[in-house]
Amino acid sequence: MKENVLKVENVTMQFGGVIAVDNMNIVVNEKEIVSLIGPNGAGKTTAFNVITGVYAPTNGAVYFRGEKIVENYPQGKMKKLYKGENNGKYTHSIAPTPDKITKLGIARTFQNIRLWKSQTVFENILIAEHLRRTSNLFTATFRLNMEEERNMREEADRLLEILELSDVRDELATSLPYGKQRRLEIARAMATKPSLLLLDEPAAGMNPQETDELTAFIGRIRDDFGLTIFMIEHHMDLVMEISDRIYVLDFGKPIAEGIPEEIQNNPRVIEAYLGGAVDE
Amino acid sequence: MNKKKEVLISVILIAALLGILRILELNIKPTSQWAMLLTVLKKGSIYALVAVSMNLLNGFTGLFSLGQAGFMMIGAYTFGVLTIPPADREMVYMYYDGGIIKFAVPVVVGLLAAGAMAALFAFLIGLPVLRLKSDYLAIATLGFAEIMRALFQWDTLGPLTNGSNMIRNYPTFKTILFPFIVSGVCIAVIVLLINSTYGRAFKAIRDDEIAAEAMGINLAHHKRIAFTVSSFFAGVSGALLAMFQTNVQAKSFNSAMTYEILLIVVIGGIGSVTGSVISSFLFIASSEWLLRFLDEQHKIGDFTVPLLRSGFRKVVFAVIIMVIVLFFRQGIMGTREFSIGRLLERFGGKKKNGTEGGGKLQ
Repeated sequence: MKENVLKVENVTMQFGGVIAVDNMNIVVNEKEIVSLIGPNGAGKTTAFNVITGVYAPTNGAVYFRGEKIVENYPQGKMKKLYKGENNGKYTHSIAPTPDKITKLGIARTFQNIRLWKSQTVFENILIAEHLRRTSNLFTATFRLNMEEERNMREEADRLLEILELSDVRDELATSLPYGKQRRLEIARAMATKPSLLLLDEPAAGMNPQETDELTAFIGRIRDDFGLTIFMIEHHMDLVMEISDRIYVLDFGKPIAEGIPEEIQNNPRVIEAYLGGAVDE
Repeated sequence: MNKKKEVLISVILIAALLGILRILELNIKPTSQWAMLLTVLKKGSIYALVAVSMNLLNGFTGLFSLGQAGFMMIGAYTFGVLTIPPADREMVYMYYDGGIIKFAVPVVVGLLAAGAMAALFAFLIGLPVLRLKSDYLAIATLGFAEIMRALFQWDTLGPLTNGSNMIRNYPTFKTILFPFIVSGVCIAVIVLLINSTYGRAFKAIRDDEIAAEAMGINLAHHKRIAFTVSSFFAGVSGALLAMFQTNVQAKSFNSAMTYEILLIVVIGGIGSVTGSVISSFLFIASSEWLLRFLDEQHKIGDFTVPLLRSGFRKVVFAVIIMVIVLFFRQGIMGTREFSIGRLLERFGGKKKNGTEGGGKLQ
């Protein structure tokens, strides 16, 4: 049996009176590529933000490799307002900041690219290695960490080479073409040495050729780095081609899960989502 | 251009600069019209340090803080209070029975203590205010500086701060080399920090906080480091300013002083250390010396030049600032740095094209 890497358990996220994610349960197993799809506003990115610590969920828990990393229950104003299920099941509040979750080995990319604009490609990668430093402020300032600094630089270069970005190493991150910026963002996430990679619409705004390249790229990094990948995506070609399993979300509620063929033939999914897409 | 050669040339240039300064100092008599040059150089070097420390915060970490004058004041007072010789304390603290501190520490210890005290205050005030962003942070830090200024003049604290009276009779510097060397060393440390892995993390926070946090950079921790280190050096420069002025009074560290420092940073280029250094000398030179003629009446023959009267300097200054903000938003250096290596390449005939086509701030 495969070990499950990520387990999202009864997560509900309520903003004021609006339930963005409603009692969501997701399991991602080792070395799988799992996709989360759904119409706009279905709560996909909110789900990502809960997993990565941007938001503390209103209720529910998230496990990473069997260990509980996030847990919350309705508190304060939410006590009265809470409309979701499982009220009272969770009694602790564990809400780590995003950097702590990244340190555990969960890295992410963003729907709207968020590279460090004034930095070069190389520096973008290098900064992402900062989280594994052993030097403190003093040793780093006075260059007593030369060994570590050299290793960081070598590793950044190696990563650029593997991910075929060496040719643009010293260019400003924002001067890259769109497809390469996406790829750099993935590379930057990889520099934190994650075991679980969360991709938020990696193919957004890409043309068919760039999408094909990306499909191959994602498959390759999964195999080469032994990664588990959980992604949000709208491009059905990409999703159907590389996903091992798919979750479908509609109005914050999970309405289906399964292998790509099952999802393609699921009437509820077709109604909620693919039905609209086919007409295009 | 290899690194060793560049370092060697830098060392030679620094030695030459210090030599020239010393020669100037020995040859310019206090009565000559060039005496002002020495004053400008001394004050400029002190302002260079505080401007670079503010740039570390505003330009490199993206934290818009306006507390710099407050931290300078804490540094200046710490230095003054700790270094007054015990024999003079009776006179300085004449209204407070000689004050409560009865010892004096050496100048170097005083400078470090000045920085440490400013850093301590920064750490404590940073705990609540660093949660704020942009304008709110600026308001909070400005408020903090103003409160400290009032607090230091509070009569009850008199035995320590001498109330609203001056702190004086502490050691001052005898040579122009002193502020230059202290500022130079401090700025070098800041540059080392900026180029270290922590400095890179600061720049990541400046560019995109959300991405920085998602890549494992602890925002609260790093902001606190930047704020504390910046204040440490503001404190040291406050101590230097105290030595330069030969007396310290809380009321001179007002918000106008913070704005002066902010101006220096903006004129020099937000995110450029060398820009801050160059512009602080330019700023001090023009405000203390070069534009002084605008404050005096001039006559060409029988014709009295209009507008020139006391205070007109400030009007011209304001216009210059507006022109800079409107047309040279990047400041003198943008985010670039002045480098000897590149300068030599320029003059060595190896022209590189388009390698520095202006910083991309906007």
